[in-house]
Amino acid sequence: MVHGEAWTLKEFFTYPNEYIYWTIQIVMYPFMTGLVAGAFVLSSLYHVFGVTQLKGIARFSLVFSFALLPVAMLPLMLHLQQPQRGIEVMMTPHFTSAIAAFGIVFSTYGMIVASELWFVYRKHFVENALKLREIDDRNLSEHLWHLLYTVLSLGTTDISHEALEADERAVKKLAAAGIPVACFLHGYAGFIFGSVKANALWMTPLMPVIFICSAVVSGIALCILTYIITMEIRKFLAQRRHREHPELPSPDELKSAELHVVTMTTKYLVMFLVAAITLELLDLIFRGYTAMKSWDILRSVIYERDFVNIFVIQYGLGNLLPFIIFLTPGLTIRRALAGTSLVLLGVFMMRWNVVIGGQAFSSSLSGFMHYVLPVWPDSMETYKEGLMGALTVAIVPFCLFYLLNKVMPVFKDTH
Amino acid sequence: MISRRDFCKKSLLVAGGLTIPLSALELFNPARLEAEKTDGKKLRWVFLVDTHKCVGCGFCVKACKTENEVPYDANVTRTWIERYVITKDGKTHIDSPKGGRDGFEDSRIDVGEGTFEEIKNEEINKAFFVPKLCNQCDNPPCVQVCPVGATYQTKDGVVLVDRSWCIGCGYCVMGCPYGVRFFHPVHHVAEKCNFCYHRISQGMQTACVDACPFGARRIGNIRDPNDPVTKVIMTERVNVLKEEYGTTPQVFYLGLTKEVK
Repeated sequence: MVHGEAWTLKEFFTYPNEYIYWTIQIVMYPFMTGLVAGAFVLSSLYHVFGVTQLKGIARFSLVFSFALLPVAMLPLMLHLQQPQRGIEVMMTPHFTSAIAAFGIVFSTYGMIVASELWFVYRKHFVENALKLREIDDRNLSEHLWHLLYTVLSLGTTDISHEALEADERAVKKLAAAGIPVACFLHGYAGFIFGSVKANALWMTPLMPVIFICSAVVSGIALCILTYIITMEIRKFLAQRRHREHPELPSPDELKSAELHVVTMTTKYLVMFLVAAITLELLDLIFRGYTAMKSWDILRSVIYERDFVNIFVIQYGLGNLLPFIIFLTPGLTIRRALAGTSLVLLGVFMMRWNVVIGGQAFSSSLSGFMHYVLPVWPDSMETYKEGLMGALTVAIVPFCLFYLLNKVMPVFKDTH
Repeated sequence: MISRRDFCKKSLLVAGGLTIPLSALELFNPARLEAEKTDGKKLRWVFLVDTHKCVGCGFCVKACKTENEVPYDANVTRTWIERYVITKDGKTHIDSPKGGRDGFEDSRIDVGEGTFEEIKNEEINKAFFVPKLCNQCDNPPCVQVCPVGATYQTKDGVVLVDRSWCIGCGYCVMGCPYGVRFFHPVHHVAEKCNFCYHRISQGMQTACVDACPFGARRIGNIRDPNDPVTKVIMTERVNVLKEEYGTTPQVFYLGLTKEVK
């Protein structure tokens, strides 16, 4: 069977070779890179612009951004027909292609986040390394932890006040350098689509900007969501432990801290949401107003075939409803949880409507294609480019975050 | 009496003065100028399709699939034929079942997923066939977007794919406005028409040109003014597909109408 045939339904006239070649993994790719960029921008709001209200979530989102980083590459690898050659994008980039910049942008960004994390957690690494060094008869796990922290401290043990202040300055500089790189990482994902002149829906210079705004929205939303879930777990654990260890924060203290952080962060979320929706609507209105040759088929895709996906799920459930939830006074944790989940759904649907919607019509502008998402895989191909493959991609960052949190605890005060 | 010093000076002056007009002869060498005007290349493959002559027999598609080892029953093809039926109500009905491989024996229009549309003969204003293949664009978007440079343009204008280098990302498939690219079902890399490069570079015709019983397909060298294909392109009213994308396609059509997609 030809690649793409398993999940493509064709209607009216499409060119014989046309199929839905970019499937759910290409939806996941901008969605994941968006989360990476958004989480980083959120942490930078505190580190660079000194938004102290976000202090509680800043370190959290930085670690989460790092956990998401390797996963941004995963959907691409699952999508490639020759994944073993994927490294060639880094080794022999062909610079007229938007994708060729991936290696450079991605590794630059990775290095910035890694070094920023190192400066943030240096004190923690050194303290642990020194603490474990003092134990004379280390058991195997202590020995391994010692080894890990010694390696992570990179041979420097200076945690004097001056040294830590220098760390803070470095964090600030790296966070500042990271913002444009994070925006570039994601804006360029938008450029990959926006520059395809053969696709009437994708081709707009607004695409990178739309992608960046929605990236920040989704990144912040995911950070709030994960923050709430983690805090709920902590509250649950605190309830049990508080009796034995009265010095630990009480569940009530945690709850008030949680609500404060969540309320502050949702304000930024709403701001970026307004920007994202404005741009998306501008694009839509402009297309309708100028009504170029392709508008006939675009109109039937946007207002008829994908109406539910675009106007009901993306704009209605994913944008309008969260607006009402966030802007109604007296925000609660439960409402924030519902709101951020809906925002994530909205951003995911926006990616879906761009990637799959862009292939919903033939480039002959005379026919349609419908993507039937493979739910239960019957081959490697339908696993990789179906629901299960997408779920794999969605789960991995949380596993990585769990592991990273063991080494770099996000809730422990370091400085 | 001229001194030795003066003699040397003046003879250098004369020699120098003579070289200027002589070098001008070299500068304005008409043959070289002609060559430079046409970037010095003596060969640029182009294709000419005469839609008036095409009857939609599908021999070209069959020949292409066999010659280029694209699995016969796979629903992808390097070249295909489209059938256009324009009815009196102004509607355009288009289909290309199996890429037109088996001809168009059914008079009904294939509208996809096993459904067909019946059109009465008396409703038809005009109907014709349009063969399609890679346009070997002068400004190929597929070459531009390939992230690893696995697809490239040869000096004689043909766009090729390096099967050992393609990573299979599909960006070129997305970038082609003509829908000529697909993934090869066996090699799992990008695949497209290459004007039978292995044949034309050995002095043969492409498989589809050889197979066409009506001479609807012809290949030629646009740099050769005596090439019969060049003569047609230069002197008759030819057109290209989707010029608005700025790809500068090099497959020329005789008898192209506005309905052709």
